[in-house]
Amino acid sequence: MSRARTIRIGLGLAAVAVLLSLPLWGGRANMRLVIEICCYLTLAQMWNLLAGYAGIVSVGQQAWVGLGGYLMVSSALFLHINPLLAIPLAGLASALVAIPVGFLVFRLRGPYFAIGTWVVAEVFRLGFAQVSPLGGGSGLSLPATVVRDMAPNAATREGLIYYSAAGLAVGAVVLVYILLRRPIGLAFTAIRDSEEASSSLGVDTYRLKFVVWVLAAFGTALAGGILFLQKLRISPDAAFSVQDWTAFVIFIVVIGGLGAIEGPIVGVALFFTLRSLLSNYGSWYLILLGLLATVVMLAAPKGLWGLVHGRTGWELFPLRRKLIR
Amino acid sequence: MTPLIETRGLTAGYGQFQALFGVDLSLEEGQTVAIIGSNGAGKTTFLRALTGLLRPDREQVLYRGKAIGGLAPEKIVRLGVAMVPEGRRLFPSLSVEENLLIGGLSRRKGPWSVERVYEMFPILREKRKVPGTSLSGGQQQMVAIGRALMSNPELLLCDELSLGLAPVVIKDIYAALPRITGEGCSVIVVEQDITQALAAAQTVYCFREGQVSLTGSPAELSREAISAAYFGM
Amino acid sequence: MGAINTLVQGVLLGGLYALFATGLSLTFGIMRLVNLAHGDFIVLAAFLALAAGQALGLPPITALAVVIPAMAGLGYALQRGLLNRTLGNDMLRPLLVTFGLSVIVQNLLLEGFSADSQKLQGGAWETASIGLGGGLFVGVYPLIVFALAVLVIGGLQLLFYRTELGRVFRATSDDRETVGLMGANNNHINAMAMAIAMGVVGLAGVLFAIRTNFDPAGGGSRLLFAFEAVIIGGLGNLWGTLAGGVVLGVAQAIGGAINPGWQILAGHIAFLIVLLVRPQGLFPRVAH
Repeated sequence: MSRARTIRIGLGLAAVAVLLSLPLWGGRANMRLVIEICCYLTLAQMWNLLAGYAGIVSVGQQAWVGLGGYLMVSSALFLHINPLLAIPLAGLASALVAIPVGFLVFRLRGPYFAIGTWVVAEVFRLGFAQVSPLGGGSGLSLPATVVRDMAPNAATREGLIYYSAAGLAVGAVVLVYILLRRPIGLAFTAIRDSEEASSSLGVDTYRLKFVVWVLAAFGTALAGGILFLQKLRISPDAAFSVQDWTAFVIFIVVIGGLGAIEGPIVGVALFFTLRSLLSNYGSWYLILLGLLATVVMLAAPKGLWGLVHGRTGWELFPLRRKLIR
Repeated sequence: MTPLIETRGLTAGYGQFQALFGVDLSLEEGQTVAIIGSNGAGKTTFLRALTGLLRPDREQVLYRGKAIGGLAPEKIVRLGVAMVPEGRRLFPSLSVEENLLIGGLSRRKGPWSVERVYEMFPILREKRKVPGTSLSGGQQQMVAIGRALMSNPELLLCDELSLGLAPVVIKDIYAALPRITGEGCSVIVVEQDITQALAAAQTVYCFREGQVSLTGSPAELSREAISAAYFGM
Repeated sequence: MGAINTLVQGVLLGGLYALFATGLSLTFGIMRLVNLAHGDFIVLAAFLALAAGQALGLPPITALAVVIPAMAGLGYALQRGLLNRTLGNDMLRPLLVTFGLSVIVQNLLLEGFSADSQKLQGGAWETASIGLGGGLFVGVYPLIVFALAVLVIGGLQLLFYRTELGRVFRATSDDRETVGLMGANNNHINAMAMAIAMGVVGLAGVLFAIRTNFDPAGGGSRLLFAFEAVIIGGLGNLWGTLAGGVVLGVAQAIGGAINPGWQILAGHIAFLIVLLVRPQGLFPRVAH
């Protein structure tokens, strides 16, 4: 056990060291790529927390990406808040919005819940398209004055965005890990295994699911804020895209491994590798991804990480509780 | 003579949980067999394995000498094995008559029809338009039996016919058994209520912890032997 | 008169939405399967009719004779070959597999037909209308679509309550395991349900494509309209689904009359209001 633990800590430290030092040697293109990777890792951890642990299947997570992005832009634009500070504010505000939305969509059972979340995202998209100060349907770019508020030169700005994204991704992984190691994590496992049984054992599944729902909205909106701060441009179609913010994320989690913290990490790595290899094939890339996810769902429901774990017993984030310490 | 149905070392279970550990049972055509045993002895599992709801190995179940273990339920029905499931399991959206009609899906020819079921249980004719699940427990059991007979089975499997019914109603239900066997149908009844089962059967098997703990004809078996096999004392 | 015209248009539009919704309602009712690719199949049917028109020179209405059986056959094969494997206790599997399917269908259409917006030409009657006096006009084509919706739903009701297949569908909805014990092949029954659902999708897709422009990306919205009609109407009740379609159509027509940008939004908001005040829908099936 101690050797495995040493390896795990070593790997963790190495990953953090690479992340921290990348701006020194990586170059701007790589930095941008890693920002995107970090955001997708966050989105994937959040979706995995919902579906893989709490049994909530949402296909409307783009609602929170877009809301996070739009709230960041609006508070920078109208309240003159530094965009970097606006990101956590946008995350908190989105979490607040997720509460009444949760009350509404939690009335839908099972699979219909999933479509209900999509309706909410569409309402946001169509709603923001009606707000003319935010550019209506065609959206807007962040004005240069706002961008300069953040930091005077481009290199500093990119560095700040980079460290925010890296911090967010590490934070998301650590948050999920801590959640699952606490007693509450056991309750999640109980819900996932059988909602009825865990209700009868006195686990308040509704409340637990609700908390996870709001928490996921928060993390997803933070990623949205960073994504659109990096792009410096937002529009309803880009902000609330079901393909970019939900389909890809679902594919990442399903292919990587549903219900394991390692799953989204493996999935994100594969997703970005495939994307760079197949970038010239347009829609065929998406068709391939869809096929791959379908095959994995049917043949290996625990994803690639599940296969690895099943063969080798490896785990990067040990959760298994021992009955006797 | 080849038995109508025979199991050889039948094992079955649910996922990780094994419930049957090598059951040997055989039934000659025209016979009634009773399976008794306490809750969790494996009786229902045994019937589920015969009907294909569980999937044992092919050679573990022989029907007229042919290996049928693990065939899909609909194929086993078409061979002539019908089941009255535990708890009746009538279709709530269907009327009494529709419940009976759906029993005839396998399209096997034979003596039974909706009309014949009504003759045996006249009360069902009166109630034929109402939802099956609005009937009393005893009447629901009649529908469940009638529904199984609609497939004109050669072998009828009855799981806990007496469950939740008043003694007088149980008597009425069991009174129908001779009419069913009179049409040449063999029967396996599974019961926790020993008295009815022993009265109806020529052979009794007692199950305990997934195995046969005692077998013989009811006349030969002493009360003491049965309770020893039943409770494991 | 403008207001009444708007209302009538909305009601008639509801017929199309009810047709969108029928298949979704059917597969959920019978086998608890919600097909997230449902909307993409509606769009696929539209493109099939377009291709049939281009390749065989068939006018849209005649193309129905090709599209409906093709979609029904596709539905049967899809259920038998793929979707039956996803059914079980875990609701994630069917949702994620059909979500993957949705992305696949959408991008195959994009590859095959480009992102361009298309429309089927129905003919002169497409824009004809009947004057009801007092400045009130009713489009002939929307009227036909609504009548077809009523016919389809009425036909399905007959199927459900008068035929053996319908009986088996209802029984499967109650308890699929016991239906198997009665001699039904669950896989075949599910595939028949999907075939019927997709046949209706074929009809709905062609009718939709004669009415409005369509492109490969439009599946998502169609799924949402279908879903909203089902939930507004109440689960398990096809006439309720028609009513749900009408509510949705009227809400969209009213929203669109106020501001064209609000048309779709008004429909979604009507749905959310129903969810808030009457989550079981307007006409839920009475439990026995």
